[in-house]
Amino acid sequence: MAEDKLLEVINLQKHFNVGRNKIVKAVDGVSFDILRGETFGLVGESGSGKSTTGRTIIRLYDATGGEVKFNGEDVHGKKSKQELLKFNRKMQMIFQDPSSSLNPRMTVLDIIAEGLDVHKLVKNDKERKERVEELLEIVGLNREHATRFPHEFSGGQRQRIGIARALAVEPEFIIADEPISALDVSIQAQVVNLLKRLQKERGLTYLFIAHDLSMVKYISDRIGVMYLGNLVELADSEELYNNPIHPYTKSLLSAIPLPDPEYERNRTRITYDPSVHDSSEEPEFREVSPRHWVRCTTKEFEQYKKDAAKK
Amino acid sequence: MSKLLEVKDLKVSFNTYNGEVQAVRGVNFDLNKGETLAIVGESGSGKSVTSTTLMGLLPKPQGIIKSGQILFEGEDLVKKSVKEMQKIRGNDIAMVFQDPMSSLNPTMKVGNQIMEGLIKHQNMNRADAKKKATELLELVGIPQPDVRMNQYPHQFSGGMRQRVVIAIALACNPKLLIADEPTTALDVTIQAQILELMKKIQKETNSALIFITHDLGVVANVADRVAVMYAGKVVEVGTVDDIFYNPKHPYTWGLLGSMPTLDSAEEELYAIPGSPPDMLNPPKGDAFAPRNKFALEIDTVMEPPMFKVSDTHYAATWLLHEDAPKIEPPESVKRRMQGFSKMEGEQ
Repeated sequence: MAEDKLLEVINLQKHFNVGRNKIVKAVDGVSFDILRGETFGLVGESGSGKSTTGRTIIRLYDATGGEVKFNGEDVHGKKSKQELLKFNRKMQMIFQDPSSSLNPRMTVLDIIAEGLDVHKLVKNDKERKERVEELLEIVGLNREHATRFPHEFSGGQRQRIGIARALAVEPEFIIADEPISALDVSIQAQVVNLLKRLQKERGLTYLFIAHDLSMVKYISDRIGVMYLGNLVELADSEELYNNPIHPYTKSLLSAIPLPDPEYERNRTRITYDPSVHDSSEEPEFREVSPRHWVRCTTKEFEQYKKDAAKK
Repeated sequence: MSKLLEVKDLKVSFNTYNGEVQAVRGVNFDLNKGETLAIVGESGSGKSVTSTTLMGLLPKPQGIIKSGQILFEGEDLVKKSVKEMQKIRGNDIAMVFQDPMSSLNPTMKVGNQIMEGLIKHQNMNRADAKKKATELLELVGIPQPDVRMNQYPHQFSGGMRQRVVIAIALACNPKLLIADEPTTALDVTIQAQILELMKKIQKETNSALIFITHDLGVVANVADRVAVMYAGKVVEVGTVDDIFYNPKHPYTWGLLGSMPTLDSAEEELYAIPGSPPDMLNPPKGDAFAPRNKFALEIDTVMEPPMFKVSDTHYAATWLLHEDAPKIEPPESVKRRMQGFSKMEGEQ
């Protein structure tokens, strides 16, 4: 299969210096590809580095090491203003907290149009307003909302404004960092349906970062599991849920409570014990079965390959 | 089983600059000894206001109990004075809050925070209280309790802090424990540990538990019975199986349908359209009617009463009236019902 890679992340590292010569390795050598038109889910607990990965890809943080290639071109490193503008237009982000990611002093019109202004995509005020109103309708809000301020909206509506802002510059790739975790259950479904619809209509590619595993499974084509700054497992979402290999993935999956009392009564939780790993060598990311990758050592690799073939 | 708590027609309002917000508009439920009742609903449905009212922690003077009774072991808590409530709170009824960071005092050693209640309510001396507090830390699964007693909250991780909060709540062997979204701020693996811990402790102490959450997965895990709240009212109440496998209220359908199950592969989730009503001017009739595609004409005129589905299961929707048209629940909910009846057949 000829795979059309939109984004390649190669050995990405992000270390934070926290003073007293201490370094936190938030992201420590993560590699994956995202194909054009797919949704790539990134899951993990807080502190696993999933958000840092997203933010480093879009250059909100400067990477400590590694490469990010978008359409084959390196995103990081020294860039002229023109080059940066070009990338920023193709890559957009939707943030977790819809109330702190919108400027409370700006009207919805100005918030959504900011990208249009920066990239000089509209000629005059009339066109600018028309474009914003069109975007508002796309995300399911009213034209009249353009003159209002963010505090006049509910959480779900604010998240729609955030989505409209990301769509304004017609990006190819959107990073959604926990876009629904701050919303109520019934509103979550609305926003997820909207994201799915937009993807279908516009051929968008998503990096969907979340800790709600059932929602990630629902929206993603492929899922990567992060643990302490490393990607420990990566597979198609069906495969990952039906046939998890890495002990951490198993424990994470067994911890999700499902809205099904019968299942909950019979659930057995698996706890993750990092000492089960073979410590004789530094683990690497290896393909245990086609399209299914696990971080393991050579010894574990043989075992995991057997595990993967068994099922 | 005897009734520990009965809430009858509780109405709570808040006076604000914009007018009166009717947060709770006539809530009825009861709770037996040793039972777990989960209250689910969206933000603004009144579930947290209900629990703070039970604790007597309603902010004064803006929060007002308009009417109703809270019978705890037969005594009406609404009529209690502030002094009397102080004796009950933390002793007979204890609470676990959502955010373990802000519910602990950052300037006080963890041990002292647990001992506080013991000294005040149980008239223990410091030495006994210290011994008991160490036992409690051990009970909630904190390693090295002797060392941890002398540490401050910032030295604990999120999950460990929530364990401390639970230890404080359990200190005086409360008959009723109210947990308001105790695991929402935690990671899934930590959440699973805390839920297991709470269930284990409940079994040991036989205290009743009111569990407030919006996460239906957690509800399925902990609850014996479930009350679904919408716009300040309980719209459906039943055993956990009633609610998950035989839901009757369209709002419950919406809640269940909007969560993907791990084996669901539908193109679109069943989303409830619109957003919750403004409680400054609650709509006339059924508050859910504007968001309900199954709404009947009567829904806009008259509020539905609680219809009885079975001895344990009640729902407030006109769809259960004998003159109402037969309505098929949405696909995802129907599959849930079928899956369950198949499962029952096999047993």
